[in-house]
Amino acid sequence: MDLNYTPEQQTFRQEIRAWLKAHVPSQPLESFDATRAGFEAHRAWERTLAEGRWGMVTWPESYGGRGLDLIQWLIFEEEYYRSGAPLRVNQNGIFLLGPTLMEYGTPEQKARFLSAMASGDEIWAQAWSEPQAGSDLAAVRATATRDGDNYVLKGHKIWSSRAAFADWAFGLFRTDPASERHKGLSLIFFRLDAPGVKVQPIPQIDGETGFAELFLDGVTVPVFNRLGGEGEGWKICMATAGFERGLMLRSPARFQVTARKLVELYKAHEDEVEPSVRNAVLQCWMDAEAYALSIYSTASRLIAGGHIGAEASTNKIFWSEMDIAMHKTALSILGARAELLRSAPEAGDIGRWLDGYFFSLAGPIYAGTNEIQRNIIAERMLGLPRA
Amino acid sequence: MDFRFTDEQTMTADVVRDLVADLCQPADLRRLMASGEPFDQNRWAKIQELGLQSALVAEEKGGLGLQPVDFVQVAEACGYACLPEPLVEAYGVAIPLLAETGSDAAAKVVEAALEGSALIAFGHPANPFVERADTADWLLIAKSGGLDLVKTSDAMCTLQPSIDPFRRLFSVQYDEAAALRIGAQSGIEGPIASAFDRGALFAAAQMLGIAQRCVDLAVDYAKERQQFGKPIGSYQALKHQLATVQVKIEFARPVLHAAAAMLPQANALSRARVSHAKLAACEAADLAARNAIQVHGAMGYSWEVDVHFFLKRAIALSEWWGGPAFHRRRVAERIFNGPLGPEHTFAKELEHA
Repeated sequence: MDLNYTPEQQTFRQEIRAWLKAHVPSQPLESFDATRAGFEAHRAWERTLAEGRWGMVTWPESYGGRGLDLIQWLIFEEEYYRSGAPLRVNQNGIFLLGPTLMEYGTPEQKARFLSAMASGDEIWAQAWSEPQAGSDLAAVRATATRDGDNYVLKGHKIWSSRAAFADWAFGLFRTDPASERHKGLSLIFFRLDAPGVKVQPIPQIDGETGFAELFLDGVTVPVFNRLGGEGEGWKICMATAGFERGLMLRSPARFQVTARKLVELYKAHEDEVEPSVRNAVLQCWMDAEAYALSIYSTASRLIAGGHIGAEASTNKIFWSEMDIAMHKTALSILGARAELLRSAPEAGDIGRWLDGYFFSLAGPIYAGTNEIQRNIIAERMLGLPRA
Repeated sequence: MDFRFTDEQTMTADVVRDLVADLCQPADLRRLMASGEPFDQNRWAKIQELGLQSALVAEEKGGLGLQPVDFVQVAEACGYACLPEPLVEAYGVAIPLLAETGSDAAAKVVEAALEGSALIAFGHPANPFVERADTADWLLIAKSGGLDLVKTSDAMCTLQPSIDPFRRLFSVQYDEAAALRIGAQSGIEGPIASAFDRGALFAAAQMLGIAQRCVDLAVDYAKERQQFGKPIGSYQALKHQLATVQVKIEFARPVLHAAAAMLPQANALSRARVSHAKLAACEAADLAARNAIQVHGAMGYSWEVDVHFFLKRAIALSEWWGGPAFHRRRVAERIFNGPLGPEHTFAKELEHA
């Protein structure tokens, strides 16, 4: 065990720190979920990142990356969140679909999709859930019917993150009409502006339109848009979910920066809050550190050739519950001012804690509910019998 | 940066894990308890043969020169087995401290301890009693300003029975004139502080082992026990409770391992990490033990089911080597005075962090 950064890793940190200092917008961008303008501002930032070849540092150079390992990715993320750079509008693409494409895509598919993803030219949404297929994702009904070199998509997808403004979506479709449950599904890409796609934004709890429902009525896509073999969709979807829950979706730096801000908030209001808040602040900081150490441990194992397993589920439960605790603690420090919108004249420096709190409440739901994650831990890690 | 144990580190722990798996099952614990003996002589002899007495002693002092990170998984294995014998406290804490003092007067005792012919019990002001004082040959007592080395036969040891049948606690009194004052020289505070941190770290490691054992016992039972025509482990209410415990364990473990690796830094950063590890492991053990009892139902409240051994050890260790309030204070010192943020996870020093 060696918990020291190498000189190369330290140099890398300085390099990305300097680049971010020179390039991160001085004013926060408008939310990418609220307006087209906010979305496009984030796309422009993705392009700036890509010009510096910082779009996706772990990817091979041929796809716009730097071919770096997961420890360097963690260093990148640490500096990224430290700098206050904008959230990644293309996270569905670069963090979820990207790694899966890298593993299951043909060379032609990689060439077609990865560079455009890293450059921000194509922003992705996910289209997994359906009205009757939420936690029970294998109940997917949307169909992809083979027609020569094409598939014709039909069905109703919902809770598609980023779909209101994104360019592309990837989703699970039943390619074998006689199939049931996990069999006969395929992972297929489609453009969100294709004929036959109707995008209906869904206002979220905070009034923004972060997700949408998609009505697909005879959407024709080439067979080329299928990732992996026909009928392999479930397996590939689970691999994507592993990355999503397990590692890349929520890098530890995000929470460590929140913990730092929480400590600063507490220090500023120390005299006004009740004593128990102090312990809550300590716990939040410790949890953020524990998550970071855990991810370093996982990254070290993956670099040495390991695979991500059920810890994807333990990670997802841990970060989602921690995120709620941090924001809830912040609200308790802000007291009666916590309910103010940032536009309120008296809001002062209350920050974005309320926005963050609402967003944190989605954490135990998206990327597979925490109830499903607990089933996975119980059955696959502990070996308890299925119901 | 490589957050993995080396093969050697894992092999050392495997040897201990195999030994206790062989010789320290609940049936063995019950046999020892019934006998009233302080040691299982056969098991203790086998443990001594492993040669771990010298593990954390510097090479120039005749030891193997290993570090806490080489020993932490050994302590986890001891916790998992609820080992009665003082492998962790004697080999992990007391002997390395006595050797580190470099005291000439203590040299012979160190030599005997490394050979396995003398046993040392350690008393520290953080702990109100000395564990296994009566069966030790020497008592090493830390107090403000130094260390006393006392022959056990020169001390009066009064048993203070513990709820844990295998923890033998004693209040100790001795005539200071009869003690060897080995810590009068300056610079003894550092080694004593490091010994305290090892105590806390290895207590955390044992609690993590206890936590995993409690989950494993509960899982075994939940697979067997049938109600409503199905194993109770197939019901979500129970699955979700045990999954919650496992999550606690998974996020205590990397903290423990990082704390072990950082301990030799001996500064506010490493001390906060040790304290964090102890807090996290303590919570995991507490939750695991209580859930294991719940999963066993009425059986869980019985003497017959083995969970109570682990519950009792967890209760004891959670307050030994500093309780939660003490360790939270150290974490607070780190947070309110040190650098925060993701770039400081592995910081070595406060000033240059």
